[in-house]
Amino acid sequence: MEKILQVKDLRIQFNNGKENIQPIRGVYFHVNKGETLGIVGESGCGKSVTSLSVMGLLPQKTSEIVSGEILFNDRDLSRLTEREFRKLRGNEISMIFQEPMTSLNPVFTIGKQLSEPLRQHKKMSKSKIRETIIAVLKQVGLPRAEQIIDEYPHQLSGGMRQRVMISLALLCQPKLMIADEPTTALDVTIQAQILELLKNIKRKNDMSLILITHDLSVVAEMCDRVVVMYAGEVVEEAEVNELFDQPLHPYTQGLIQSLPSNNKRKSKLFSIQGQVPKPSEIKEGCVFANRCPFVFGKCLTETPPSFQKGKHISKCWLQDPEEMEVKRIGESSTVIS
Amino acid sequence: MLDFIIKRLIQVVVVVLLALTVVFFLIRLSGDPTALFLPPDASREQIEEYREMLGFDRPIYIQYGEFMVNAVQGDFGQSLRSKEDALPLVLSRLPATFQLAISALILSLLIAIPLGVLSAYKRNSVFDRISVALTVLGQAVPSFWLGLILIYFFAAQLNILPSGGAGSIVHLILPMITLAAYSVARFTRFTRSTMLDVLRKDYIRTAKASGVPTIRLVGRYALKNSLIPIITLVALDLGTLLGGAVITEVVFAWPGVGRLLMQSLMNRDFPIVLAGVFIVALIYAVINFIADILYAYVNPQIRVK
Ligand SMILES: Nc1ncnc2c1ncn2[C@@H]1O[C@H](COP(=O)(O)OP(=O)(O)O)[C@@H](O)[C@H]1O
Ligand SMILES: [Mg+2]
Repeated sequence: MEKILQVKDLRIQFNNGKENIQPIRGVYFHVNKGETLGIVGESGCGKSVTSLSVMGLLPQKTSEIVSGEILFNDRDLSRLTEREFRKLRGNEISMIFQEPMTSLNPVFTIGKQLSEPLRQHKKMSKSKIRETIIAVLKQVGLPRAEQIIDEYPHQLSGGMRQRVMISLALLCQPKLMIADEPTTALDVTIQAQILELLKNIKRKNDMSLILITHDLSVVAEMCDRVVVMYAGEVVEEAEVNELFDQPLHPYTQGLIQSLPSNNKRKSKLFSIQGQVPKPSEIKEGCVFANRCPFVFGKCLTETPPSFQKGKHISKCWLQDPEEMEVKRIGESSTVIS
Repeated sequence: MLDFIIKRLIQVVVVVLLALTVVFFLIRLSGDPTALFLPPDASREQIEEYREMLGFDRPIYIQYGEFMVNAVQGDFGQSLRSKEDALPLVLSRLPATFQLAISALILSLLIAIPLGVLSAYKRNSVFDRISVALTVLGQAVPSFWLGLILIYFFAAQLNILPSGGAGSIVHLILPMITLAAYSVARFTRFTRSTMLDVLRKDYIRTAKASGVPTIRLVGRYALKNSLIPIITLVALDLGTLLGGAVITEVVFAWPGVGRLLMQSLMNRDFPIVLAGVFIVALIYAVINFIADILYAYVNPQIRVK
């Protein structure tokens, strides 16, 4: 299958005045043409930083891509100049942000803001731009598109604003769309509508979608393949059914167990104990070791490599063929179901 | 909106009446002026007679009541010196004050907004650091000192500009610069910090993600967002410029309300002082009022409601 985006061994560093932190360390994943890739993980694990790096939107002065490649159609984005990047943004790659309430400019009309990608990337007359915007607003299911185009953001509800954001991302018919927690800030009923819309749009426009979320049920609903991130690393990658049937990493197992549907008969909701380590607290060994129910000696001293079984990849010592032997002898109930 | 306007209008009236009251009592408590207007060898009876004529012999609350009743009708009495009507005299000085304040305001905006925007755009650069240093200096320098320095160089040494007076554009230059200096510094700092604030907003990131080039992002988008707070500040400062040009007017012998106020205070010419205070307070309050309305207008969030 053709890969539209390949992120290889990405390492990102922030410098906050005195100390350097690396919230992204050796991230590896790819997006196939036409697929929806889910990126899941608790907040703070580096999902947004990863997606901003693909858009070239990381703060220029305080951040740095230390190593790795971001290949978009075989072009390395991590080496582009700002000028080259500008031609891609909102054109071939576009992004939807988490906060629909603050992501639109309060002093410009919807039409003015939506005209920007067309103005920057397409040679179109004013009337043609307006026509295109109205068509796209209709496509994302906004009623009264002809009026909304002349309204200000504060006149729209959160769900409508997110639809506007989607149409903004859609205008130039990008090949890749990144949606960073597009429904987290919305009501549950609106959430379902927006996800449905994204699904339809992706299918109709023949594009690839990266859907970032901390909610596994959204992944189950929407995605073809899933990347699980934890504390700045990719700890597991699998096709969506495989991931739910056979999660290999104890972190993924914990996430699945904490889904409400798996908690129906229990009085207390399951949740993973402990907290995600901050980028400054990362020690040697496995990043999940301090919260892992199956932690053993090696986990604390050596960082596990990625073990691959077909298309299923996980970064856990339990997947080391040798370690599996040890476990089977040591415990009667195996970790891997 | 109408509610809002009415409420603010009531505030305007209260502020003006309060200012008049405070100044009235301050002036009266500082002693009565009769002695100044009579020859040094005037007899006790003559002084008493004169006081009686002016009404200064009555209890102060009665004087106050009478003053207020007349004041709200626009009657501030006559100059104790020249016997001219106080309010018309003050009003005749108003155009000069306006001319000075407005030109200083325009000058400072023309300098401050581009400077602030550029400073924010190139933050922490050498340019930014110099501009920040200059603005700190600009806000710290007292205007009488700056005025005297300017007179020394441009009038006394170089002899290319007049040191005072009014009548032509040339006369305006030095007082305008003096009065503008503080505002330039203040507006530049404010523009810079507001722009920096706006540039961090989510919606700027959205515009950037649409492929908008940085120049346009700063000059078109962020600037318009910053204009709301900037306009508010400018409108507020116009009041300060108009009322606070006193020192500049005195230094440059500029025939405005400020200078008249100062002279009348020295001469204890109370009716003129009170009429002047009335005009200055009224302008200040009305400009604040307009600033609020303007703010509501520029901000669609308030306007559409
Ligand atoms: N501009 C920044 N400067 C410094 N640290 C940052 C910045 N943006 C994000 N981080 C850090 O990077 C880590 C990952 O953040 P983020 O990608 O936003 O997480 P997620 O989107 O998964 O919730 C966090 O520890 C966060 O504090
Ligand atoms: Mg995030």
